Amino acid sequence: MTMPAMQTPPQPAPPQQPLAQGTQRRRIGPLEAVGQAFSLASRNTIKLKKNPDTLVDVTFQPLLMLFMFTFLFSGAIADGDRNGYLQDLVPGLLVFCPLFLTIGTGVALCTDIQKGFFDRLRSLPIARSAPLAGMVIGDVVRYVLSIAIVLGVSTLIGFRIQTNPFEVLLAVALMIVFGLCLCWMSIFAGIMIPTPAAVPGILVCAVMPLSFGSNIFAPAETMPGWLQAWVNLNPVTLMTDVNRELLLGKGDLSSLPGALAWMAGFLVVFFPLTMRAYRRRLGN
Amino acid sequence: MPLAIEAEGLVKRFKDTTALRDVHLAVPAGTVHGVLGPNGAGKTTAVRILATLLTPDAGRARVGGHDLLKDPVTVRRSIGLTGQYAALDEELSALENLALIGRLMKLSSGRARARAKELLGNFGLTDAMERPVKTYSGGMRRRADLAASLVGRPSVLYLDEPTTGLDPHSRNEVWDTVRGLVAQGVTVLLTTQYLEEADQLADRITVFNHGTVVAEGRPDELKRRAGGQTLQVRPTRREHVDTVAQILLGLTGHIPARDEDSGRLTVPLLDPMVMSALVQHLAEAGVAFDELGLRLPTMDETFLAITSPGGRRAPLEETLGGRPA
Repeated sequence: MTMPAMQTPPQPAPPQQPLAQGTQRRRIGPLEAVGQAFSLASRNTIKLKKNPDTLVDVTFQPLLMLFMFTFLFSGAIADGDRNGYLQDLVPGLLVFCPLFLTIGTGVALCTDIQKGFFDRLRSLPIARSAPLAGMVIGDVVRYVLSIAIVLGVSTLIGFRIQTNPFEVLLAVALMIVFGLCLCWMSIFAGIMIPTPAAVPGILVCAVMPLSFGSNIFAPAETMPGWLQAWVNLNPVTLMTDVNRELLLGKGDLSSLPGALAWMAGFLVVFFPLTMRAYRRRLGN
Repeated sequence: MPLAIEAEGLVKRFKDTTALRDVHLAVPAGTVHGVLGPNGAGKTTAVRILATLLTPDAGRARVGGHDLLKDPVTVRRSIGLTGQYAALDEELSALENLALIGRLMKLSSGRARARAKELLGNFGLTDAMERPVKTYSGGMRRRADLAASLVGRPSVLYLDEPTTGLDPHSRNEVWDTVRGLVAQGVTVLLTTQYLEEADQLADRITVFNHGTVVAEGRPDELKRRAGGQTLQVRPTRREHVDTVAQILLGLTGHIPARDEDSGRLTVPLLDPMVMSALVQHLAEAGVAFDELGLRLPTMDETFLAITSPGGRRAPLEETLGGRPA
């Protein structure tokens, strides 16, 4: 067999360091980045509209809790005062909604990364922040839906808001901000954990002590001292206190600074961790 | 001709492996360049670097004249990416996916939808475009992926194993699409495990193995280097070996090699049509055979041929016949 002339690979050049990122590098303006994030957030709304099973965690789960605790456990916990128990439960359940929904954020992100949709986005000329920001903004729609449904249904079974609309809006806004701060824990998990199916299992380990180790379902005074210590520290308890004041006029806003400190804490811890993991796992 | 893709000395290390060591690529604009190699050769890593998804540990690359590291946004404006790692959102329809990408590429929402419909029409997906992508067959999905990578009218298209897992019909459709794009002046970088695919589509091929470039050249050069097909016949009865050798000599002009133990005759084959003539000749001569096979150069064989001089190993067989009735 005759050997055909074979082109040898080009001669190796002396090894070079990657060029430092220069100043003339083209960037995406902040306004443009916000527009892109909103375009990506629309993905969530499309899914909610056409795929009702994605509504299960938005609607069914909190309603299940509402019914279970109001009708099944209230007799035992509140000594038969079902209506009184419901009034205390709903403000706490509204805190549970965004907290529980943050689990879905991590799962969705992990799925996008695993399926390659995330790489598709990253190969487009869009802001680096847009895919994550879009995801977070899209979640606000889920928080609002979930809060609205729980408020609506609980009103039907006897919950009554005692305050003015301004206070109610403030409560809703605080809960959305609460979700937006806590979701970074979930996003971090979504980036770090390789398979979407494993994400909820791990996040539940954080969400459970936060939601059940609080004063949402039972008064802290009924618990042993060591548990009370945690419950009184728990951001979900603090948020529930704030909600009870804003929706029922019961108590005061003394828990608000603590709640805000927790939210800031979640951001300060998980946002940089997420950014680091984002760059590492995704190669930039 | 200007170079659409030029990479020098790319190195990428992962935790305990070096995925790429000192890789060079030069792809002239408007051509198809095949990157051929087995799993784990570094093909996908190279594509991900050139698509700005990974940062190389060393080396530099320019796409469309723009430095990947200095100006990634401009590079992303001119590239399209399809393959194992760039998929669509399966919950959304193809139309919604493409329209979303259009919006992200700064089209108005009306124009994004129009562009999506036009592209999906070109790919024969008009009827399915409102269905969620998860209901698509493998071939449809790949076409939708390809369509998605074309929304921004890229001048450089990366196809990462575009036909892996597709049936032959869908594969041919993808090939036709690639040819159509090249006719429009798009530069294509295609990774594949299949010599045949690279042969069908590529103007030049770079062969990767263990993260390095082991050969580079035109497809016909590589194929000759790897060795062509060979024909193998083993008559049922030993006394027919001479007769068969005569027939093979007559048909191919080569004196067949004999394996004395098994009585198997082997001869290089350039024209696959000889197979049918051979079957006919054997039947006319009354020769029954236990084995009649056409051997294709496999990737293994290609690599052996390319990496170790003169080293050809017995390839896998594609047995085409058996004992005549």
